[in-house]
Amino acid sequence: MSDVHKCDKHVLHKSRRKFLKGLAAGIGLIALPGKDASASVWEDFFQKHFRELSKDELRKTLARFEKQYSKQFGKQVTVKATPPLAGVLYGYGLDLSRCIGCRRCVYGCVGENNQSRDPQIHWIRVMQLDKEKGVDLAHAEHYYNPAQVPEKGHFYMPVQCQQCEKPPCVKVCPVQATWKENDGIVVVDYNWCIGCRYCMAACPYGARHFNWAKPALPAKEMNPVTHYLGNRPRPKGVVEKCTFCIQRTREQPGRYPACEEICPVGARKFGNLLDPESEIRYLIENKRVFIFKEDLNTQPKFYYFYAT
Amino acid sequence: MKNIWYFFKGTVVLTSKGSKAYYCWVLFLLCLMAIGAMAYFRQLDEGLIVTAMRDQVSWGFYISNFTFLVGVAAAAVLLVIPAYVYHWKPIKEIAVLGELLAVSAIVMCLLFVTVDIGHPERFWHLIPKIGLLNFPQSLLAWDVVVLNTYLALNLTIAVYILYNLYYKRQPNKNFTTPLLLFSIPSAISIHTVTAFLYNGLGARPFWNSSILVPRFLASAFCSGPAFMILIFMLVRKYTKFKIEDKAIQKVAELIAYAMFINLLLLGAELFKEYYTASVHLAPVQYLFQGLHGHSALVPWIWTAMLFNITAFVLFLVPDTRRNNVTLVIGCILVFVGVYIEKGMGLVIPGFIPDVLHEIYEYAPTGIELLLSMGIWATGLFVFTMLLRVAIPILNGDFHVADDGVGSYIGDQLFLIQHNSEDEKDSTDNPEFRHDSAE
Repeated sequence: MSDVHKCDKHVLHKSRRKFLKGLAAGIGLIALPGKDASASVWEDFFQKHFRELSKDELRKTLARFEKQYSKQFGKQVTVKATPPLAGVLYGYGLDLSRCIGCRRCVYGCVGENNQSRDPQIHWIRVMQLDKEKGVDLAHAEHYYNPAQVPEKGHFYMPVQCQQCEKPPCVKVCPVQATWKENDGIVVVDYNWCIGCRYCMAACPYGARHFNWAKPALPAKEMNPVTHYLGNRPRPKGVVEKCTFCIQRTREQPGRYPACEEICPVGARKFGNLLDPESEIRYLIENKRVFIFKEDLNTQPKFYYFYAT
Repeated sequence: MKNIWYFFKGTVVLTSKGSKAYYCWVLFLLCLMAIGAMAYFRQLDEGLIVTAMRDQVSWGFYISNFTFLVGVAAAAVLLVIPAYVYHWKPIKEIAVLGELLAVSAIVMCLLFVTVDIGHPERFWHLIPKIGLLNFPQSLLAWDVVVLNTYLALNLTIAVYILYNLYYKRQPNKNFTTPLLLFSIPSAISIHTVTAFLYNGLGARPFWNSSILVPRFLASAFCSGPAFMILIFMLVRKYTKFKIEDKAIQKVAELIAYAMFINLLLLGAELFKEYYTASVHLAPVQYLFQGLHGHSALVPWIWTAMLFNITAFVLFLVPDTRRNNVTLVIGCILVFVGVYIEKGMGLVIPGFIPDVLHEIYEYAPTGIELLLSMGIWATGLFVFTMLLRVAIPILNGDFHVADDGVGSYIGDQLFLIQHNSEDEKDSTDNPEFRHDSAE
């Protein structure tokens, strides 16, 4: 009980701080910090872009967030900033002939990546399509909810960030708050994003999601192993997206993305596109593969295929 | 420097003086602004969840208003061209009012963008050198640059001219002319860039059409001047400022041409979409016919069509164009018609159906409406204050006093109802006001 109480109080305190912060911005003034405002408001406000942080500044910033999150969620939270691995370009494969539309990936992702539970944010959207019509979005059902999947005459197409080689979302960001890393993952600096949502208008896959409200993330469900550019808790008013589980896949030894791991039918494949021996390369070279909305020339690194 | 301070002090004194009608109007605007501010604080506190925007429709009423107002701002150029390129005197006398309207409209634009973003306190990320403006890749970065340039340009020109007139000096043409000429491409640039902002997105077929820029420009040259005519009519009715019918007629004529081009381009767009009938037809269908039973915008767009076509006819026929009543009706129709068409009618179908073809119907919430109302009130407040200063200066009722320090204020009331004789004269005899400006 006391834990809940503590958490509530903190949330209240936080929202008050946010409110003051907004107030200051709203009237175009930078008022001096009041009695209640802690130093971290200013540290947040003046924080530099992730890529402009020196090694020392990065270390301090990560420590600051670890402290802040640990206090907020009442457990030891780590915030890493593991850089891309040399010689790695991530690719994802999705076997449409196997996917049964169970949405375990959707919720596995939510659990791993600390998305808001209320309002719900899902980085993966599974569409139910008619076998007769093929990949015809006009007849896609997004909110199918039968007692059992798969349903006869249908197949299922999960969509998440396609980690484009030419990401239209990155190009449009007015403040360079989102960019493509060397391993091909498109990331967002949640402390630099101004929340204009131009990237959401530009993304052809609906892969970007906005924190319309303060994300509600129960402390019990919070995944404490986080990456700065990935699953660390987000503030309200910023955009977030799939990062191929950057906090898992960049580690050595690496782990598969949560959605890949949880898939009960093995429809999801993940690997290094630069490694000729990888499973993903084998699939691309030997199966019937297509990429989504090819005509837009976004060059996704997310490959849909039919294994059977 | 001292003179600037005296001028500023004088304007503060001037804006605090006025008739009852002036006070009521200003108070009314201040009330609306306060309501808008309260709505904004609520939104800052709870987040943009208080709006009806969601991931599927990620821009809504705020950005619609922004888009429309960029057009209004750009339209000042329609006065600058005849005034300063063709040196047409009747419009030259009123061109400065167009610049002040541009200033007010840009202020509204910037406010609408500010309230739309999730982290307004991070605005400094947009400042080059201090932040990281993504120029030239992002069209939004371009928009930041051109809108602020245009604002600075219009503010500089208008204030410089008024300041000099206040001190009874002729404004230096070597200073104003290059700025005025530069303001012409700048006006076109703000609208072009705003259109490109939508235009360049391959993900949104509704916007991804190469005639979007000319469509934007054509409709801007309708809505902005229509608003300007309405202001001219009010100004010459309720203040001592005289505006010739000739000037208003010329502007109305330009609206007719612009509306023709606007309708033509819209027709071209509709033909292409309906005749091709590809999957890209869906947003157009949503807008004009409704899609899978969703038709929130349909009555609005047909209202806009009706208004625009009616106004086009009213402006085309010389008799209705010259009649003050039909002229005013036409202006209101144009303004509302373009507000619908280039506001919600342009922004929302970009998102419906969304990129995965989901349909989420959007209608602004009370907070969005109140906040937007507050911003409109702010814009009108700014415009009123600018006119309160500009009009007496142009009339010669506000200038430096003989001691060179104080101000002479000849126009204590500002907003007054003229007697009806005056009005009749002006409609019966367009030439009558020629010398009365002095």
